[in-house]
Amino acid sequence: MLQFEAWKRLVILIVCLAGLLAALPNVVSVPFYPGKSVNLGLDLRGGSHLLLRTDINAVVTERLSDIAEGIRISFREEKVRFKSLTSDENSVSFSLRDEGDASIRDTVLSEFDDDFVVGTQAGTTIIAFSDSGFLELQSRTVEQAIEIIRRRLDPDGTKEPVIQRQGVDRILVQVPGIDDPERVKALLGRTARLTFQLVDMRITGAEAKSSGRVPPGSVLLESASNDGQSYVVEKRVMVSGDMLETASAGFDQNNSPAINFSLNSIGAKKFATVTGSNIGRPFAIILDNEVVSAPTIRAQIFANGQITGDFSIQESNDLALVLRAGALPAPLTVLEERSIGPGLGADSIAAGQIAAIVGIILVIFYIVLSYGIYGAMASAGLLVNLMLILGALSLIQATLTLPGIAGIVLTMGMAVDSNVLIFERIREELRRGRGVRDAIKAGYSRAISTIMDANLTTLIASILLYIFGSGPVRGFSVTLGIGIITSLFTAILFTRFLIVLWINAKKPKTLVI
Amino acid sequence: MFRLKLIPDNSSFPFLNLFKFGFVFSAILIALSVGSFLYQGLNLGIDFKGGILIEAKSKQGSADVQRLRAELGEMSFGEVSIQLFGAEDEVLIRIQKQEGDEQAQVQVIKEVNALISDGYTVRRTEFVGPTIGAELTQKGILAVVSALAAIMIYIWFRFEWQYSIAAILALSHDVISTIGFFSLTSFEFNLATIAAILTIAGYSINDTVVVFDRIRENFRRYKSWEQNDIINKSLNETLSRTVMTSVTTALALIAIMVFGGPVLRDFAAAMLWGVLIGTYSSIFIAAGVLTYVALNRSGDDTADIPKPEFEE
Repeated sequence: MLQFEAWKRLVILIVCLAGLLAALPNVVSVPFYPGKSVNLGLDLRGGSHLLLRTDINAVVTERLSDIAEGIRISFREEKVRFKSLTSDENSVSFSLRDEGDASIRDTVLSEFDDDFVVGTQAGTTIIAFSDSGFLELQSRTVEQAIEIIRRRLDPDGTKEPVIQRQGVDRILVQVPGIDDPERVKALLGRTARLTFQLVDMRITGAEAKSSGRVPPGSVLLESASNDGQSYVVEKRVMVSGDMLETASAGFDQNNSPAINFSLNSIGAKKFATVTGSNIGRPFAIILDNEVVSAPTIRAQIFANGQITGDFSIQESNDLALVLRAGALPAPLTVLEERSIGPGLGADSIAAGQIAAIVGIILVIFYIVLSYGIYGAMASAGLLVNLMLILGALSLIQATLTLPGIAGIVLTMGMAVDSNVLIFERIREELRRGRGVRDAIKAGYSRAISTIMDANLTTLIASILLYIFGSGPVRGFSVTLGIGIITSLFTAILFTRFLIVLWINAKKPKTLVI
Repeated sequence: MFRLKLIPDNSSFPFLNLFKFGFVFSAILIALSVGSFLYQGLNLGIDFKGGILIEAKSKQGSADVQRLRAELGEMSFGEVSIQLFGAEDEVLIRIQKQEGDEQAQVQVIKEVNALISDGYTVRRTEFVGPTIGAELTQKGILAVVSALAAIMIYIWFRFEWQYSIAAILALSHDVISTIGFFSLTSFEFNLATIAAILTIAGYSINDTVVVFDRIRENFRRYKSWEQNDIINKSLNETLSRTVMTSVTTALALIAIMVFGGPVLRDFAAAMLWGVLIGTYSSIFIAAGVLTYVALNRSGDDTADIPKPEFEE
């Protein structure tokens, strides 16, 4: 009688049962069953994968420019005379005309905290971000960007996009099951900073463009619709997008798509003041530094307004959505994109399934031909192995990718190896003249050390694949790694158990393996 | 009872006499690989060199590659390659990395989409910017090198340094000739290729370890034998298993190659090559090298091998 300890039988039973339960949701849907089916990768279910970089330098430049403006205003109020007040992407610098104003300067500068480095040398003062201030700004910018991206891509909270910070300034966005990846980029492509600024009446856009001179305190902006027009608008922002209460797509009186908006109480108050005292002047609506339109103020406007422009219906919908979601703190750059249409994903799943089924049938055919009934037992192990891999993938909610399916099929081929090692060993022991039971026992005990060595090395390769791989390659390494572990179980415990049962029941005098 | 046996029970191939042919063959193979790599390089995919890849399916009838080529050629995107992909109505469009920053690349995707959207459905868009391409290259090299190192350390640990050297020679042989395979066939070398190479390394070392295990065991069993005879005997004893496993793995890979769709085809082809070369190298390189070094007979005799439950 070949021994098979009770605890081993129990382990086999538990593992198989657990595997079955975990794999079940992939085959049938059971109501109220808590298990989940395998998490399909974007390449199988379709979707968009984007790696974005937040442009921190743009934020820094902008912040420094704001600081320069702030200093300009403070000095004007204090009647301090200064010269060459400039800001670039690294720092703000200025110098005083009269060193007698140094005490006022120091009071102004004392407002800068640890986030900045402030120094004055040879009469020139330089203000820049400190390392910690820069990191802080970076973190805050990326976090805000993630929040805004989420609101833009998933306004209803139903799509389950993955939006993660990666490294220092990168954001990974994965949106499953999207038909039009270009739309995702369109939604993320604009910062969507909306401002209302008065048009400078002293000079027309065309004049400013030809002369190249813009009055101080104003700026030359291009039109958003490609009509070549340009506007000179006052730098002062009267009302901005963060004062929006809501925005929705609608139509203007000519039935062209437009965006209706309403402002919150602060915005409404400012809007009323500005429009009330500037009747007859054009008021520019500016989106991301481009003038969408510049209607003339005909009457005082309070909370509600309409943005008209050269929009398609889709554009007005998207614009309303991004305005509701808020402006991105920094422009985003697409570093990497992988988008798979839903049709291709379905084709890949079908192809992968056929490959898996054909592969398994071929392998089973070959081992049954080679090892007869024992080959059939190994094949049973193979099927259990498949179930366990599926169960494990569902349980840990690993992502199954197309290369992952290849990994499973490959594991099927390699999983047989452990059984082959054992069977070949048993054959050898039989040739050396051992009896049936002895040969089986010796075959197993001798093969195990080889099996462990062989599988551990492959496991090393799959772990390294996981660490260094990215995207679909990771999916491959996960199924390969899981497959190695489950195939050890099926070869060493499951198939062995079947063989022991068979031998104990049949009690053959001779063994042909 | 019928049993399919590709290798007879008591096979006795004179491997010792075959080793020199193996070395010559491998030397030619490596020379070809290195030569091809230096001369024509690799057909790097966008993962590593950056660029744009668009897979599109014709809405009606088969795809008109000539026309697409002419139309996209006029757009001055630089190097554009268009080929049928898997079926008559599917095309793969590859566009080189554009001058300028990432925005310039994204703009090109938009323009191509607009150009082909009348006749084609875009099924897949991949774009890898220059920054990421460089990072992925670095990661890929790191993955292969560290895998080789980790495996070498493991073998060193489990066997002796001679085995470790032999194993790493065999592995490098496989990796170099696989890269050579990609260079010669002009198969696209991408992230999946790195996965294929690492898996081939795993498979090859698996095979090598089985042979080494047997050699070590036979050293204890046949104390009076010549080293080379032991190696030869061990190879013959494990040959049946080696062939068996290679065939099952190859069968699975052939299934992927034929039925797994165009995306996996090159991947499976590379792996199939790897299985062949990995099996070959375990015998002709790994075991072959061992015939040239003196192996320690007593060594770490008992520590890491479980004592058999039977006495001889």
